[in-house]
Amino acid sequence: MTASEPAIRVRGLTTRFGDQVVHDNLDLEVRRGEVLGVVGGSGTGKSVLLRTIIGLNRPASGSIEVLGHDVAGLGGAERRSLEERWGVLFQDGALFSSLTVAQNVQVPLREHTDLSREVIDELTGVKIGMVGLPAEAAGKYPSELSGGMRKRAGLARALALDPEIVFLDEPTSGLDPIGAAAFDQLIRRLQRTLGLTVFMVTHDLDSLGAICDRIAVLVDGRVLIVGPMETMLRETHPWVHDYFHGPRARAAYGA
Amino acid sequence: MTTPAEAVRAASEGDRFVVALGGRWRIDQADRLDRRLRGLAPGAAKRVLIDLDNVEALDTAGAWVVYRTVKRLREEGYAVEFTRARPEHKALLDLVESNDWPVECRPPREPPVRAFVAHVGSATLDIIAETGMLIGFLGATTITLFRSLLMPWRVRWTALVNHMEQVGLNAVPIVGLISFLVGAVLAYQGAEQLRRFGAEIFVVNLVGVSVLREMGILLTAIIVAGRSGSAFTAAIGSMKVREEIDAMRTLGLDPMELLVMPRLIALVLTLPLLAFFADVTGLLGGGLVAWMALGIGPAQFIERLGEAVPIWSFWVGIIKAPVFAFVIAVIGCYEGFRVEGSAESVGRMTTRAVVEAIFLVIVIDALFSVLFAFLEI
Repeated sequence: MTASEPAIRVRGLTTRFGDQVVHDNLDLEVRRGEVLGVVGGSGTGKSVLLRTIIGLNRPASGSIEVLGHDVAGLGGAERRSLEERWGVLFQDGALFSSLTVAQNVQVPLREHTDLSREVIDELTGVKIGMVGLPAEAAGKYPSELSGGMRKRAGLARALALDPEIVFLDEPTSGLDPIGAAAFDQLIRRLQRTLGLTVFMVTHDLDSLGAICDRIAVLVDGRVLIVGPMETMLRETHPWVHDYFHGPRARAAYGA
Repeated sequence: MTTPAEAVRAASEGDRFVVALGGRWRIDQADRLDRRLRGLAPGAAKRVLIDLDNVEALDTAGAWVVYRTVKRLREEGYAVEFTRARPEHKALLDLVESNDWPVECRPPREPPVRAFVAHVGSATLDIIAETGMLIGFLGATTITLFRSLLMPWRVRWTALVNHMEQVGLNAVPIVGLISFLVGAVLAYQGAEQLRRFGAEIFVVNLVGVSVLREMGILLTAIIVAGRSGSAFTAAIGSMKVREEIDAMRTLGLDPMELLVMPRLIALVLTLPLLAFFADVTGLLGGGLVAWMALGIGPAQFIERLGEAVPIWSFWVGIIKAPVFAFVIAVIGCYEGFRVEGSAESVGRMTTRAVVEAIFLVIVIDALFSVLFAFLEI
């Protein structure tokens, strides 16, 4: 596989729920090692796109390739080995509520590696430290954590197997501005050190400006434009213009 | 794939011990590589040099097994240094080093005797506290119930009718089927025993008394506890999780009036009807078996039933129904309000509600038996 080959390639994707068409012939490429932010109005199918790429939704038509594999065509063992190469952070962390944070992080390590218990325990500590959680958080249950800590713990679990791609579903929603900025920096730092490809669904203009290499705008079931922030600011499409030039956008980066 | 021998090459060079790492150091190989590294013993050398020049790929798991070996060697008194590491590999090694925190990976285990004593103690305190809360809830329910009776326009009639349909009408098939089958089994087993004494006709007494006094109402109550008591807890519990109850309170709506009363009244009104239906189908099942197996025809069955079973047996069963309904509804709603935090809690409380409701129904049934024996009914 060459380095220039995209990490994710979506071609002609159409998704439907009953009569409602969510994606209509959608194309999107995510390059290796980039942070791609996906934006769009509420109900334009950003989260659905994420779920479809990782195989939780079945598309009506179209092809999805992740790391060179056709997601729909994979079965059994091949699919599992692909799943080990990506990590997903769901909106509220989606931690297993009956397990402690440390046990949550260990689930993939125990299931998919033959590492000794000792090394697993030590690696758990490293992952928990990496996402900026204090060591005391390891023994706590998800219900005892704040929203921001749950997201960090979810990220630690997503990173447990050292994935190549990380999918983030609104990673900063529900965090205070300081927490959100810290989370942005955390993602950026980890992405640089670990060489991750990040696919991020977000509404947070600060995250878009601060850490996204490129931004994809979803309008009417398609990707309207993809490009860096400068392209977005020059775009004349009314929705995109309003999104990146609204009062909140001006406040975020003085556009 | 790199063999372990190629991945880790160690050699002494004077006072230095050089470990040359190579190949892919990723999580899928980490265990093998770790075992290889554990065998490293620099011997007499004082300085250890770790050469990362040939490392093709490194991730945090790979970096960790390297770092933990470095840590071990340092603890054993060697001076360890990295050499010829690519910047991104160095960055990863630094990342794992700066996050080398021991964390508690398993909830701590207490000594078993102490844990047992502590468990008994906390369970006892829980029971006391819960009894208090349940009595409080019972009081609140009673007050609201009386207020609803005095001000019937405050009863939510639509909700009430809806609940009556769900807990009453929709339960008819299952209650009827189970009661029919139990009546039939009772008659059949009774017939087997009584035939030996030539007293087959007493099957009618057996079926009549047991179905009317006990089986009909008890089966109905248990089915309804499992079916509707659990539904009450789950419905109120998930509303609690989604803060709907809090929203009601802030809008000046009383959850007792809105959620508890319609369910309670619906169950108190419909359980006696269900019990009556269970009585009928139970007798039907028993009568059918009596006819088939013993040749006691319908006319004879009914005549015998009238002679042998006093009407009080029927009333004894039906009188218990509203009491059981009250218990099932109060427990179901109460456990629903006790749901806290997560969806898991909804499941736990639902189980509790069903177990407690069935338990209490049977206990109260036993108390009723004692009472009726005392009253000689």
